[in-house]
Amino acid sequence: MASSSWLLMRRSRALIHHKNFSFYSLFSSSSCSSSSPLLKKPHAQSAGYSNNYSSAHHHFRFLRRFESTKAEAAQLELQHYVTDDDDNNRAIDFPGGKVAFTSEMRFISEASQKRVPCYRVLDDNGMAMKYSNYVQISKEMAVKMYSDMVTLQTMDSIFYEVQRQGRISFYLTSIGEEAVNIGSAAALSSDDIILPQYREPGVLLWRGFTLQQFVDQLFGNKSDLGKGRQMPIHYGSNKHNYFTVSSPIATQLPQAVGAAYSLKMDGKSACAVTYFGDGSTSEGDFHAGLNFAAVMDAPVIFICRNNGWAISTPVEEQFRSDGVVVKGQAYGIWSIRVDGNDALAVYSAVHTAREIAIKEKRPVLIEALTYRVGHHSTSDDSTKYRPIDEIEYWKMERNPVNRFKRWVERNGWWNDSNESELRSSLRKQLMQAIQVAEKAQKPPLEDMFNDVYDRLPSNLEEQERVLREIVKKHPEDYPSDVPL
Amino acid sequence: MERDPRVCVMGEDVGHYGGSYKVTKGLAEKYGDLRVLDTPIAENSFTGMGIGAAMTGLRPIVEGMNMGFLLLAFNQISNNCGMLHYTSGGQFTIPIVIRGPGGVGRQLGAEHSQRLESYFQSIPGIQMVACSTPYNAKGLMKAAIRSENPVILFEHVLLYNLKERIPDEEYVLSLEEAEMVRPGEHVTILTYSRMRYHVMQAAKTLVNKGYDPEVIDIRSLKPFDLYTIGCSVKKTHRVLIVEECMRTGGIGASLTAAITENFHDYLDAPIVCLSSQDVPTPYAGTLEEWTVVQPAQIVTAVEQLCQ
Repeated sequence: MASSSWLLMRRSRALIHHKNFSFYSLFSSSSCSSSSPLLKKPHAQSAGYSNNYSSAHHHFRFLRRFESTKAEAAQLELQHYVTDDDDNNRAIDFPGGKVAFTSEMRFISEASQKRVPCYRVLDDNGMAMKYSNYVQISKEMAVKMYSDMVTLQTMDSIFYEVQRQGRISFYLTSIGEEAVNIGSAAALSSDDIILPQYREPGVLLWRGFTLQQFVDQLFGNKSDLGKGRQMPIHYGSNKHNYFTVSSPIATQLPQAVGAAYSLKMDGKSACAVTYFGDGSTSEGDFHAGLNFAAVMDAPVIFICRNNGWAISTPVEEQFRSDGVVVKGQAYGIWSIRVDGNDALAVYSAVHTAREIAIKEKRPVLIEALTYRVGHHSTSDDSTKYRPIDEIEYWKMERNPVNRFKRWVERNGWWNDSNESELRSSLRKQLMQAIQVAEKAQKPPLEDMFNDVYDRLPSNLEEQERVLREIVKKHPEDYPSDVPL
Repeated sequence: MERDPRVCVMGEDVGHYGGSYKVTKGLAEKYGDLRVLDTPIAENSFTGMGIGAAMTGLRPIVEGMNMGFLLLAFNQISNNCGMLHYTSGGQFTIPIVIRGPGGVGRQLGAEHSQRLESYFQSIPGIQMVACSTPYNAKGLMKAAIRSENPVILFEHVLLYNLKERIPDEEYVLSLEEAEMVRPGEHVTILTYSRMRYHVMQAAKTLVNKGYDPEVIDIRSLKPFDLYTIGCSVKKTHRVLIVEECMRTGGIGASLTAAITENFHDYLDAPIVCLSSQDVPTPYAGTLEEWTVVQPAQIVTAVEQLCQ
């Protein structure tokens, strides 16, 4: 039995090579240039694949594609499970292609022996590890990344307090996930369309959304781009290509495929990027979004912030697979697991994923492992379901901001006086922005009825008229900061 | 699709197969498989995909293979399609058209005989229209595609084989107007989609019996064309609504409320609403026939109303 199974493994060379051969790894030189190495020709050993590809299947596949979809021919990945010519008589034909058969009844186990390793560049002390491969960044980029991470951290703690003081109704923080937010944002271009879940305000911050704009949305005042219609943290800005946050989980995943489809039709050199948490991967939309993206060759980057918790549900109760990264292959999608608290690793992975997505017109899945240091939101007290020392540990020792700071400092690009200047300036700016936002008027009454449709229909005109009459009759029962 | 390169179609089997009712036949050959996109089976997802594409500048037409399947897309339609223009402060528009065959057919089974208009009518932010003739199908479809709002266009499974001479040149109908099918004096009969034909059949009998019914195909299900309807009520003072929706919570129920509220003074009799019963549509042909309103019932109702 044992010998025949080895024979089988030797015959299907593809399997073995696939495991060791990471096509898109940044390999050979230890510090590569920032241009993408992904378009390197395949390794010599694997060159034999294209000859072995069953010509009948190849032809059939092209018959079903019309001219208009021109995905760059990436045939190699489909050949992993095709046997070589010697075994043609040991392969059978089914819809979907040729498949080798075996007389051994062997179930694939529920998990590989080893978990998928996690790509990491910096160690816990912010030192680039020996032989680490990553995309180089300039001093400017590093300083902006660090400053934005500090800004996000400061914003979060101050706004959280503002909610606690009862001045805004709701808030949720991204504490602990600053590296995922900023690291990914920095690797994208402003043309890339972002479809967030709700824990990614850092991406909007990176793109130039001002502190005042953030606060205006939280207070729902008349300067809010959303005109006061959504709850706090549901930011959105079409100027910054950041789709308005919508509360239902994972609905943005199929929408990302649609956005990517639109970009592809326009021939734009941009991709759709969508973020979601570990909890979202249980939704049906996750499954369908990934499946669609793969089938339609959509240039989407799926970034999963696996922070360990979906409100009070830990990942052990969310799924039984080895995290989220293993699900990529189930849909035929290139995937990678990244240390989400390592800003450089996140940056490099997203940068490369973007090139893959755009040049090859295909989706990529990135699982960023991280930890949700804060509570789910201001409506949650996570100490009720997880130990306080676990939270403290991740907050202090595994802090992504401090880790990146050490790397930036070591390069001589940042020092203590920069730090104190930045932090005190941020506090001042935030306090001022909050004051301005708090005093500002709310959106006018007409904004309750506008934008339901492109023009105000007669039934809404009627409803607005009736409401105004009521308000006029009972002014003392209505808020004074809403202009009529 | 020829006029505007941003218009695209997505749904199950819409491409080379031409659609389950052949509505998109020939389009894939003409415009390629990127503009006529075959999707895997996940209604919530391809509707979501259409919404994402619309927010990014395309004008997608999403086809539900049968409208009943769009119940799976309710989350995307209600929470995103209808809402995002509003919640984004007007920053993002969703000019999507969601269409497909619905209604009670000939022995299609309960799950394939749904009347989704009653479930969707509450969603703020969407418009709903129902076509009933080749002429208004073309006009309403064009209007829906050109509208900046999300529009749900209800087609009927049994009306695809109708043949009619329609103008070659382009014409666009209004999404908020009802259609006067037969002007009359004695009673206003409001209907839409397939029931229009049952009403017209009943109208023939009624005319022979000496009645003069005014038949209006309301076409616009959300919002109602209360102007046309109101003018008719003021003339005839009697209203009969004939619909395919179920008794509870259907379009007829909303229409009854709207007319009563607005034109109460002009009514000589309570509004009569003929709807399907509150049962899942049975498969047996005879039973199915009797869940839907038949011309004989319409004749009886008019006679009673005009006493």
